[in-house]
Amino acid sequence: MKRIIVRKDSYYDSVVLMSISAEIKKIDGVGEAVVAMGTEVNLTLIKDMGLDSDELRAAGPNDLIIALEGESEEVLISAESKVNELLRKKSSADGQTAYRPTGFESAVKVMPDANLVIISLPGQYAGREARKALQVDRHVMLFSDNVPIETEIELKKLAQERGLLMMGPDCGTAMINGMPICFANVVRRGAIGLVSAAGTGLQEVACSIEKAGGGVSQGIGTGGRDLKDKRVGGIMVRMAVEALAQDPETKVIAVISKPPAKAVIPNVMKTFETAGKPCVVHFIGAESAAGEENIHYAKSLEETARMAVALSRGERYTAQEFELPEEEIAALVERETAGMAPQQQFVRGLFTGGTLTDEAVFALHEPLGGVYSLDPVDPAFELPDPHRSQGHTIVDLGEDVFTVGRPHPMIDASIRTERIELEMEDPEVAVLLIDCVIGYSSHPDPAGAMLDVLQAAKSRARERGGYLAIVGSVTGTEGDSQNVHDQRRKLKSAGCVVMPSNYQAAKLVERIMARRASK
Amino acid sequence: MKTDKITELFKQELKVINMGLETFADNLAELRVQTQQVDWKPPAGGDARLLALFDRLEANTALDIESANAEAVARIMHAKPTLVDIGIAADVVPGMHKKLVLHAGPPVAWENMAGPLRGAVIGGLIYEGLARDAAEAEELAASGEITFDPCHHHDAVGPMAGVVTASMPVWIVENTTFGNKAYCTLNEGLGKVLRYGAYSDEVINRLNWMAEDLAPILRKALQLRGPVDIKNIVAQMLQMGDEGHNRLRAGTSLMIRELAPYLVMLDEPKEKLSRILAFMHENDHFTLNITMPASKSSVDPARDIEGSSLIVAMARNGTEFGIRVSGLGDRWFTGPASVVDGLYLPGFSAADAARDIGDSVITETTGIGGFAMAAAPAIVKFVGGTPQDAITFTRRMYDITVAENDTYQIPAMDFRGTPTGIDLRKVVETGTLPAINTGIAHKDPGVGMVGAGLVRPPENCFRDAFEAFVERYGA
Repeated sequence: MKRIIVRKDSYYDSVVLMSISAEIKKIDGVGEAVVAMGTEVNLTLIKDMGLDSDELRAAGPNDLIIALEGESEEVLISAESKVNELLRKKSSADGQTAYRPTGFESAVKVMPDANLVIISLPGQYAGREARKALQVDRHVMLFSDNVPIETEIELKKLAQERGLLMMGPDCGTAMINGMPICFANVVRRGAIGLVSAAGTGLQEVACSIEKAGGGVSQGIGTGGRDLKDKRVGGIMVRMAVEALAQDPETKVIAVISKPPAKAVIPNVMKTFETAGKPCVVHFIGAESAAGEENIHYAKSLEETARMAVALSRGERYTAQEFELPEEEIAALVERETAGMAPQQQFVRGLFTGGTLTDEAVFALHEPLGGVYSLDPVDPAFELPDPHRSQGHTIVDLGEDVFTVGRPHPMIDASIRTERIELEMEDPEVAVLLIDCVIGYSSHPDPAGAMLDVLQAAKSRARERGGYLAIVGSVTGTEGDSQNVHDQRRKLKSAGCVVMPSNYQAAKLVERIMARRASK
Repeated sequence: MKTDKITELFKQELKVINMGLETFADNLAELRVQTQQVDWKPPAGGDARLLALFDRLEANTALDIESANAEAVARIMHAKPTLVDIGIAADVVPGMHKKLVLHAGPPVAWENMAGPLRGAVIGGLIYEGLARDAAEAEELAASGEITFDPCHHHDAVGPMAGVVTASMPVWIVENTTFGNKAYCTLNEGLGKVLRYGAYSDEVINRLNWMAEDLAPILRKALQLRGPVDIKNIVAQMLQMGDEGHNRLRAGTSLMIRELAPYLVMLDEPKEKLSRILAFMHENDHFTLNITMPASKSSVDPARDIEGSSLIVAMARNGTEFGIRVSGLGDRWFTGPASVVDGLYLPGFSAADAARDIGDSVITETTGIGGFAMAAAPAIVKFVGGTPQDAITFTRRMYDITVAENDTYQIPAMDFRGTPTGIDLRKVVETGTLPAINTGIAHKDPGVGMVGAGLVRPPENCFRDAFEAFVERYGA
């Protein structure tokens, strides 16, 4: 059965018509379908297909031909109405595919005035993209880890030559012009310029500054190897300090890092000494040393913040171990140790923040007579199996060994909840020490995600006739979407002692264990 | 240490390019920081061997590929293709002779030629009077008496089969900036035509008419008028809905406007003039055979620039797709010709399609054709259906090109210049292949055009060329 329709003076583009023909041929029962303009070529083709008719003789190039061949009248009617529908069809103005640049070069074409490039690509590719950015004078935040040290050195030398920021690799946090870069908190702007080799270290200091009423001018991350590896030689720490020294908004500079390589110390200290501004220095786990009068050593992340705030206000800083009065601390220690069973003798620290882990390990290694970890103070305390704690153990669950094929525990709470489930079956555990890092890019409710397992761990200890102490702190601010107060409240509801800072949490654990030993 | 750019950053509004986790850009966007997310893919498809080649190339710091490419693309943009004359191939095409048959694409031997090209060769030999019928022509083609050579080796280009024989008339386009010329036959129209491999009497008769009437008369009109600035014509076409390769309706109308006043002044019978005008009018692709040599003459001065990774030719012979690179001389890098993803004329389907064929991709090589898809809303069905899809299509091509054309502009993209000058390195690195519009020939000789669509060129020819480039220029 055939149907030939000629619509005089109805011009459509041939490509549109070709696609309509293709659509109509897909209809069940349709044999042939030609929707085309009546050009000589098309008319011949239609005739060759056996769809000739008298109407076609009068058709010309401006006439639309609908030639259908189908098994029934109904099929032809539905095919014809489908043709009409497709001819009328107004496509969505948005289209199906949006353009996004596929590489750095094309991104720069789209945003020629970009000044910062954040790179969180797989380590083996990240260096190349960072180099391209530096070569055209863009500052770089290199979040990626697994970037070879040779690449880091090359990139930092290039940045030094061009006077650019090369933050990272393995740099989790920065705060540039008040904006959170990668993992960062909502902190007011102010007079303190931060330079940190450590991501959560920067977060903890910045949040403590906020809490102490101060503010941050800039927060520059450098990556962990900047000072620690003499081949990098502290290039970025020194450049950052010099830049902050020039920055009129910055009144006090605070530097946080693991202790520098020996060979790097003289150069770095010289940079601090010539900064012309007070410098608060915290080398995690290192003894404070004597220095020029503008250099102030802090012994914890929290103290770094408090010292910097005091200096920025021209006030004297007075050290204090705990915010709470001594009697309250003593009462807390009594309460937490009262129900412990005799076999409960070890501390297990399960952290998501690398620097927070380091701070806890350094704070507790000596008082507890040795803490096993993946990055121990004493190599003899290297944890043999990262997945199994022994004695006193404090681990950073963000280490590569735990994150193969899964997100970082600051994003995915399950790495830690699974580990807590393991630890709670160990009757020798006396204290569980945790961190809880909130802010941009972190889990939307890390405390909430831990509630069930923390409560379960408490009950398991009770079932065994003991008491599990859980001590922790929240790194965050009121401005963070997770809200520091909400998170603290949630942890408390699970029976966790929530201390004002990571350092105070570690110090409380020290007191608990001392009291435990004296019993 | 130098820190001025850091302190400068402290005073600027932050503008961020984000490569990797989108959360980082989302956080900033929430705070009204301008961000640009990159749709990053591992370079060179994550192929470690190719990445090592990039390292090797980048390690040669003495080599300035950027400058070499800037020079190459500047030559393309400074070109002034001008239609100057019509001649007979044997008289004007370099090296042309009676026993030589030019064809599209990279070199290919008779026994490896695809259906449409074989058909066109048969037709060409019959047209030249070297064979009386198809059997004789095939015998002659296989005898070794006939030389086959790519058009590209003779300053020429040919659409589809691209067959040029000695007595065919050709357009002569001169790049008046550099003085070089390019040649192309006159377009025969759609349907059963030589370039699609048809060789029936109808085809040969039309070719005879073209040589006897069409070409001489158009030549006289052109001589009366004087040279036509094709760069100007192409620029206008893009503003009128053409992209210069698959859509040439506006361009053909413009050519008629250019020539008609002079045609009617000729001392020729009205019937002949009318037939010529009607012939041009009935064939939207009439102007393709002018945009092609215009492109060829524009890109040729960019060849043989030391250190340049610019692609200076892309072409297909129906069996293979080939490219040439400025810094690598005359060498072709080839891969198997693809099947075209297209829309079909009434009565045909993908089963009828020959593989990708023709030199017309010279248009994309110079920044029009598929690269200017956003200029041609009428044919957006090829790329997803909406004008926005066509814009996206064109925007992707900026990822693999080194410049934006200073003359060819796209109205729908705020008159942005078309993406011009394909950088081999960028193709290999991004894995974004040149977007090519094309017609589709029937796989059997003698049938003709069956549709049109998009071609995905074979990736390996770009990778092979890159490897050779690193071999030649790497550390």
